[in-house]
Amino acid sequence: MGKLASVAEALLTPHGVDRYLELVDPMLVRREIRGRVTAVRRQTPSTLTLTIRPSRAWRGFQAGQYVRVTVTIDGVRRTRCYSPACSQYRADGQLELTVKAIEDGLVSGYLHRHAEPGMVLGLSEPDGTFGLPDPRPDHVLLISGGSGLTPVLSMLRTLADENHPGEVALLHYENEPADLPYRAELAELVAGRPNFRVRFACTMTERGGDLHGFFSRSHLEQVAPWFGEAETFLCGPVPLMDAVRKEYADEGLSERLHTEEFTPPALAAADGDVTGQVRFTRSGKEFANSGKPLLEQAEDAGLRPEHGCRMGICFSCTQLKASGPVRNLRTGEVSAEDNEEIQLCISAPCGDVEINA
Amino acid sequence: MTGLQDRLTPEQVEEFGRELDELRQRIVADLGQEDVDYIQKLIKTQRGLEVAGRGLLFAGFFPPAWFAGVGALSLAKILDNMEIGHNVMHGQYDWTRDPALSSQNFEWDTVAPSDNWRHSHNYIHHTYTNILDKDRDIGYGILRMDPDQKWHPYYLGNPVYATLLALFFQWGVMLHDLEVDRVVKGERKWSEFKEVRAKIVRKAARQFGKDYVLFPLLTGPMAPLTLLGNASANLVRNLWAFSIIFCGHFPADVESFTEAETEEENRGQWYLRQILGSANISGGKLFHILSGNLSHQIEHHLFPDLPARRYPQIAPEVRAICRKYGLPYHTGPLHKQLFSVARKIVKLALPDRRQPEPEPRTVVGDRQPAAA
Ligand code: FES
Repeated sequence: MGKLASVAEALLTPHGVDRYLELVDPMLVRREIRGRVTAVRRQTPSTLTLTIRPSRAWRGFQAGQYVRVTVTIDGVRRTRCYSPACSQYRADGQLELTVKAIEDGLVSGYLHRHAEPGMVLGLSEPDGTFGLPDPRPDHVLLISGGSGLTPVLSMLRTLADENHPGEVALLHYENEPADLPYRAELAELVAGRPNFRVRFACTMTERGGDLHGFFSRSHLEQVAPWFGEAETFLCGPVPLMDAVRKEYADEGLSERLHTEEFTPPALAAADGDVTGQVRFTRSGKEFANSGKPLLEQAEDAGLRPEHGCRMGICFSCTQLKASGPVRNLRTGEVSAEDNEEIQLCISAPCGDVEINA
Repeated sequence: MTGLQDRLTPEQVEEFGRELDELRQRIVADLGQEDVDYIQKLIKTQRGLEVAGRGLLFAGFFPPAWFAGVGALSLAKILDNMEIGHNVMHGQYDWTRDPALSSQNFEWDTVAPSDNWRHSHNYIHHTYTNILDKDRDIGYGILRMDPDQKWHPYYLGNPVYATLLALFFQWGVMLHDLEVDRVVKGERKWSEFKEVRAKIVRKAARQFGKDYVLFPLLTGPMAPLTLLGNASANLVRNLWAFSIIFCGHFPADVESFTEAETEEENRGQWYLRQILGSANISGGKLFHILSGNLSHQIEHHLFPDLPARRYPQIAPEVRAICRKYGLPYHTGPLHKQLFSVARKIVKLALPDRRQPEPEPRTVVGDRQPAAA
């Protein structure tokens, strides 16, 4: 097969086999990962649960990791990270993603409106270090809020599939009972497992959940009195993360708390705002944003990035921006997307920006 | 002599630049799914033609199949190089963030590696368009294409070199990146081009291998016919690309510039130079697509990173702006432009007869032409 594939590559040079295969069926590509939506489920008004069959290049994931999902909206590819919510051992090899609709969320909004069985999405290799250690800790406590549920849910289901013998508890926060997803499924999951426990907390109501109000010491004690001997995995909105971190710090348990930052999309700075640090990761240079185009800032800092015309027409200076908001000086458009190719000569940072160069 | 700066008053240049910037902005804001669908459809067509062409050559013993195969393959190569490759590599679709349409990743079906070409074309040619001694596309280091290039007996061979370049255009483009002429003249060192050379060898081996070894071998006893078919398709593409490209910059009234004229150029003056240094070819829709819309060379040079399918749409506006500022807008049908280019190639093979200084062709406002 390997030989045949390399002959095919040679025959189809310079474009390569995938660029022909995808015209027959986008799922046939060999070097990229794609996924076809096989089922769409709306558990709550604000969530959308997609079941996705990944293409052949998919090699599985570890509970807690995330994948980058790409959709084309109005001609432009948009990528967002989602953590699979299923067990890493899911029998049919499919992925389950639960996407919460975010207000003004471009990708989540698009998926909520357009996702249907048959839709093909771009997927990345799984990434991220948030996950269960090997060997597994005896006791595991999972705390989440909102869409922070998905990575810890994946851990819970994975532990269930492993018939984990120790104590396992999930404490999940939502604003209101109507927002609580996976209730029936989780009830079923814990039914035959006395050492598994799931508790839903509603922060804004006094009824409808198992617990009420914001995270507190008493919640912790009710759900996992053994939390001191457990490893805790936490993912959720910043106030929740802060509250839990503080509690664990007070207890001297910070070492046993593992968190996944919930990165809200960086806010684009206002016009003419010159703030933040610029970082060129490969060369390790970091300096304060001076407001000039990135090419000039890099040169001022002693770097020599490749460039040509210096006016945005030749694309010699294109580099991958890992994160942070930049303004395109020709169009005025501000973009804060991660992993986006930008032209250094006509892009000015407006905030902390990281370039992979 | 009228310099570039004398064409328009500083205020006019500024206003003129602003109008073009606005035009660009309007199109950028309008880019969307339609543009992506267009290029995807073209890619699909190109791949289809390619597969069909290769397939037909397996039946190459049957002459109609051979000719149809060569036809399909030629068209595939033309589409790949012109409307797809050239334009994608200009970054016209980078905004889609599709890796398959990324200017940095795309490779085209020709022996010139895209990396090298991006430097010599996107950067050097498009930044220094028609500036003598800076734009290496003037004469490609082989030809005398401008009266301001000093005559030398070597140039007596101009028509011969041009013919050879047309026949072997893809190899010419490939070697162009090596700047052999400058190495010969001792202006640059051979060792400076090590990286460029390595890329050339790798790319050329692959292209050569597929067209002249692998596919012929696959067709077994028909190998010579397949090889001939592939060579013919490459030839057709070469002649076509050469014609379109030479008509874009070398018809008689296209102007060239000196370095002195273009020092400290501002945006408006840069636009101005692009217009004076380019020429369009008129024709129908299919013709525009097959030329990669380089038939709209003027629009392309003003906005090299706008998707080429937009050029016909903005051409009337660009033309109107030219008229408003009293600037020429060179255009004509292919045969006329080709003839004009051919005449120039022959004429410039010979030493110059002394000619009076030409009168400036553009007179704007109440300013008078410079006295002779
Ligand atoms: S240097 Fe030419 S586009 Fe940036």
